[in-house]
Amino acid sequence: MNLTLRVWRQSGPSAPGKMVTYRVEEVSPDMSFLEMLDVLNERLILSGDDPVAFDHDCREGICGMCGMVINGVAHGEQRATTTCQLHMRHFEDGATITIEPWRAAPFPVVKDLVVDRSAFDRIIQAGGFVSVPAGSAPDAHSIPVRKEDADDAFDAATCIGCGACVAACPNGSASLFTAAKITHLSLLPQGQPERLTRAKAMVDQMDAEGFGGCTNTGECTAVCPKGIPLDTIAQMNSDYLKAN
Amino acid sequence: MKYTEGPEIQDTKAPSGPIEDRWEKRKFGAKLVNPANKRKLNVIVVGTGLAGGSAAATLGELGYNVKSFCYQDTPRRAHSIAAQGGINAAKNYRGDGDSIYRLFYDTVKGGDFRARESNVYRLAQVSVNIIDQAVAQGVPFAREYGGLLDTRSFGGAQVSRTFYARGQTGQQLLLGAYQALERQIAAGTVEMFTRHEMLDLIVADGRARGIIVRDMVTGEIERHVADAVVLASGGYGNVFFLSTNAKGCNTTAIWRAHERGAYFANPCYTQIHPTCIPVSGEYQSKLTLMSESLRNDGRVWVPKVAGDSRPAGEIPEADRDYYLERIYPAFGNLVPRDIASRAAKNVCDEGRGVGPGGLGVYLDFADAINRLGREAVEKKYGNLFEMYERITGENPYETPMRIYPAVHYTMGGLWVDYDLQSTIPGLFVIGEANFSDHGANRLGASALMQGLADGYFVLPTTLGDYLAAGPFGEVSDEAVAEAEIKVRTRIDRLMAVNGTRTPDSFHRELGKLMWDYCGMERTEESLRKALERIPELREEFWRDVKVSGTAEELNQVLEKAGRVADFFDLAELMCLDALIRTESCGGHFRAESQDAEGEALRDDEHFAHVSAWEFSGDGPVLHKESLEYEYVKMTQRSYK
Amino acid sequence: MAGYLASEGVTATIERGAATAPVSKPASKKPTPGKRGGFLRSSNGKKVIMAVTGAVMVLFLVLHMLGNLKIFLGRDSFNEYAEALRTLLEPIAPYRTVLTILEVGLVVSVVLHMWAAISLARRARHARPVKYVAKKSQAQGYTTHIMRWGGVTILLFVIWHLLDLTFGVVNPKGYDSAPADRMIAGFDLSRWWVTLFYIVAVAMVGLHLRHGIWSMFQTLGWATRVKALRPLAALVSAVLVIGFLAPPLAVTFGVIK
Ligand SMILES: Cc1cc2nc3c(=O)[nH]c(=O)nc-3n(C[C@H](O)[C@H](O)[C@H](O)COP(=O)(O)OP(=O)(O)OC[C@H]3O[C@@H](n4cnc5c(N)ncnc54)[C@H](O)[C@@H]3O)c2cc1C
Ligand code: HEM
Ligand code: HEM
Ligand code: SF4
Ligand code: F3S
Ligand code: FES
Repeated sequence: MNLTLRVWRQSGPSAPGKMVTYRVEEVSPDMSFLEMLDVLNERLILSGDDPVAFDHDCREGICGMCGMVINGVAHGEQRATTTCQLHMRHFEDGATITIEPWRAAPFPVVKDLVVDRSAFDRIIQAGGFVSVPAGSAPDAHSIPVRKEDADDAFDAATCIGCGACVAACPNGSASLFTAAKITHLSLLPQGQPERLTRAKAMVDQMDAEGFGGCTNTGECTAVCPKGIPLDTIAQMNSDYLKAN
Repeated sequence: MKYTEGPEIQDTKAPSGPIEDRWEKRKFGAKLVNPANKRKLNVIVVGTGLAGGSAAATLGELGYNVKSFCYQDTPRRAHSIAAQGGINAAKNYRGDGDSIYRLFYDTVKGGDFRARESNVYRLAQVSVNIIDQAVAQGVPFAREYGGLLDTRSFGGAQVSRTFYARGQTGQQLLLGAYQALERQIAAGTVEMFTRHEMLDLIVADGRARGIIVRDMVTGEIERHVADAVVLASGGYGNVFFLSTNAKGCNTTAIWRAHERGAYFANPCYTQIHPTCIPVSGEYQSKLTLMSESLRNDGRVWVPKVAGDSRPAGEIPEADRDYYLERIYPAFGNLVPRDIASRAAKNVCDEGRGVGPGGLGVYLDFADAINRLGREAVEKKYGNLFEMYERITGENPYETPMRIYPAVHYTMGGLWVDYDLQSTIPGLFVIGEANFSDHGANRLGASALMQGLADGYFVLPTTLGDYLAAGPFGEVSDEAVAEAEIKVRTRIDRLMAVNGTRTPDSFHRELGKLMWDYCGMERTEESLRKALERIPELREEFWRDVKVSGTAEELNQVLEKAGRVADFFDLAELMCLDALIRTESCGGHFRAESQDAEGEALRDDEHFAHVSAWEFSGDGPVLHKESLEYEYVKMTQRSYK
Repeated sequence: MAGYLASEGVTATIERGAATAPVSKPASKKPTPGKRGGFLRSSNGKKVIMAVTGAVMVLFLVLHMLGNLKIFLGRDSFNEYAEALRTLLEPIAPYRTVLTILEVGLVVSVVLHMWAAISLARRARHARPVKYVAKKSQAQGYTTHIMRWGGVTILLFVIWHLLDLTFGVVNPKGYDSAPADRMIAGFDLSRWWVTLFYIVAVAMVGLHLRHGIWSMFQTLGWATRVKALRPLAALVSAVLVIGFLAPPLAVTFGVIK
């Protein structure tokens, strides 16, 4: 396959950015999207240009490090798939592909397609945990959990913190990410004691970071590689209301 | 490569007495740090995986002043996140005859009698607390309808002791540790440095006193001093270029510590995982693991005759060879990893492999789907099947999966004593970065167990014992400056080469060489070839590598180049270690040492020891630590 | 293997000027739980206001629609109803008390609803200072646009509507006429464009509510409990649209004279 890429290039946090066009030839349909970029980068390095910086680590869809907006869709158009798991067989030969970083004020661009997502960590710091120091836990079987609750909690817990939800949300809201953690913990007995303070603190932190508010447009769940459901946002809202 | 032999390691600091009491004894014997003093004691933890994340969180909870480092943009992305299958614990919730002793026994045997009994026993003891801790944190383990925890059996075990969270156990456990860590960050006990790469260890007055790191965003070189340093930087499987490890996994942290005096133990022990998605082309950047749990229900087979190119569906039962079930009737598809991997290699070498290049075997779910129904199979393995389909474009519900072995885990690592302290006082090493508990082969679901045991329970105790003598006073400026200059010089050198080949192209070449010559099967000849070729390639690297951009910015090429440079040095030591260990054991298979049936043949008389390598300017120095087995009788491993 | 071609000439289309997001990290690096506190200032609080005021307006619309449908029972019935509205609770309270209270409640709702909508929209704008070069919706992408522009359309409509049917300013019959007369005159076939405007506006209301009613439950955190909410919301909106459009269309096409 031969492709034309339009890629956002920005040399540093305060440098101006621009879209730059490259051609990549002889791409195999079995390549992953990142492998296709690897090919571009190898050539760029050899010609003395700066390769396109992008975040990635596991390359198997679980670490949440990769992520770019591909043709206007966070992680590309294939549903429930991270950028690293997206394969070139889903593109057409000769296609032009537009590649941009996540866009949100709380996710400032570090370089090219790399953004700073530390705001997510601070949302977790605000309360996304159960306070239980190592060694103080009771026997695991002393806390039975209804299977349905455990399963629902799990569905919410699978969030990989990639930030695609923010990237896709027309309001730049981090509601899906925040709600996923709140829901995970609020469905489990272990999460009850801190349930309301957690919801309040995390939502307030989300605001403090400068994310937008949710107007329930559902773009987030549509691009979420883990399919975190919108129900989690309702759960978050409900806990937040109760906390106030 | 020439090496010399130094004195044997005499004392591992394991307490004596009955094995069940040793850890109790050690804990009781450990000195305690006065709570008021803890705030004054600084600890550096490199790595935020299961081991480092849990350690930093726990040390923070205890009141120490902790600095935590990782190269990713957030601690939650450490490679541990990718673990799929599960975590072992001797809870015996099933009442199927499990016990601490049995887990201990299985692990020692599974490690092919190359692990320490005392350490393994402690691991089995602590395993129980890990599950309690994780559950209390809200880790959503799989549950039964009664609301209690579910378990399953996992590669190499005949009891059902593996706790799991769908196919994302590592993720859920890591998020538990990450959340505990973030809680401490908010509390101010832990300071987090993301996108920071450790490039050297500061040793002053014979103690590890800090690290030199590069801020990967600005390129700034920073010094951090402390009273103790903990390395939890994970494994070095990426020396093979293609592995199941995350792309960033590296040996840099432990290798540079090795150069500063920490012994490197058993570097040649690498684990090849039998169930990975086969390589599809030369652009391939990494290999993806399919959880071993698939072997619980999938059946492995290849065509009976070489060159049978019919599609899987058209090959009748009579023409299929379910070779694992045939050769190992007792364990069948569940034999340990090293055995399953080699068996796959053997059938492919016979020309019976399937898929592109004949490098693959089938993992077939047709029987399971018939027996349990598609829905049940989907429930159990749905996400793995999806992952497979996404990567290969094939639907495993209809055609059998193709799998092939791939490098997965490194049992070797920095040598540590019973306290997890390396040969440099004040340098502790935990998780996959150390060599400790798995011997020559790691059983499934036991790396997560070890990482968390080290981080939540063992290290906080033993480190306290060390720190009780602290604070250790000012660190001499020379020691810090010397380390910093060394780092800067190395970076400058890499930037200055300005050659014609990318770091990745060298890495690929090195990886291929290692896979061919020091991979699943090693021979004296292949290892000698590798030892000849590696220095040439390394020389070429330093002469011809091309690093674009500058060192004062986010520069992923520079990061990569630094890591590849360290892989060269490590690769050489691995081959040397593999060369002089002329026996086969666990993941280390020397073709010269096999029994009549082609199984690994140990040589306990000459090799019942740990090989701990000391770095020295003129060739490595080998120190042996002999292994004694008081509780588990050394036998030839048999899974037939 | 693969080759590439540094884009000669095609390069560097600076598509959005010096388009960078602010680099400075948000002021509060450490979480400051409770500090912001103010429920009304939080994004979630604003949403709750929007939902509650939205609910008030939906209730009003349901009643309003039922009232309008009385026109099918004859002019008198409709006029009596309009009168009853004004004389409710008389003699306990003076003429038009209840209606005025209702009206004030409505005005407050509209104002709060708009305030919340506007401040959330501003928040959203700040949250994404640099726009995408390409952006493709993956959900029912029309919702955000329909909600905001739809809301504005509805507002304009309500103003016209009040001038028309409440104050009679733009109505052929003027203020002093009976409500039914205003209505019948207002939607006369000759004034087909008024009817058309109403149709458009009511359709907007329908779309606004199709998303809004579901959204309201989501915001109040009840969406997890009430299943099949989306179809329910669509049904309610459809009923409202039909119920509202029936009287004007009936007048325009001469069913009601
Ligand atoms: C695909 C896959 C599946 C697996 N499944 C299982 C399983 O089911 N059960 C099981 O028990 N085990 C499993 N394992 C093995 C297990 O996941 C790992 O051995 C274990 O997670 C290692 O944890 P760790 O904490 O030691 O290191 P890691 O999780 O690798 O963490 C390393 C940390 O060190 C940091 N770091 C590294 N180098 C530097 C540096 N130079 N400077 C600064 N920071 C640095 C990284 O940022 C990271 O935070 C699996 C492994 C793989 C690859
Ligand atoms: C299309 C069909 C509609 C008709 C025939 C209609 C008719 C009327 C009439 C006759 C009145 C005057 C009542 C009186 O003075 O007693 C009125 C008032 C009003 N209508 Fe409508 N209406 C319609 C749709 C709407 C819609 C869609 C809205 C809101 C979005 C709306 C909002 C109002 C308001 C706010 C008042 C003022 C209420 C008051 O003063 O108490 N109407 N309407
Ligand atoms: C007068 C009749 C109106 C009614 C009955 C109404 C009703 C509603 C309801 C029920 C919601 C859902 C609340 C929630 O999300 O929780 C809503 C949302 C909204 N309304 Fe209105 N509204 C009206 C007028 C307006 C006006 C005049 C505006 C704008 C100026 C407006 C703008 C919005 C916006 C922007 C939303 C948020 C979108 C969203 O939640 O997705 N509405 N409205
Ligand atoms: S909710 Fe989904 S899209 Fe958002 S961070 Fe989590 S996994 Fe990514
Ligand atoms: S896309 Fe945005 S508006 Fe809400 S539902 Fe998702 S956060
Ligand atoms: S690189 Fe880890 S999710 Fe894509």
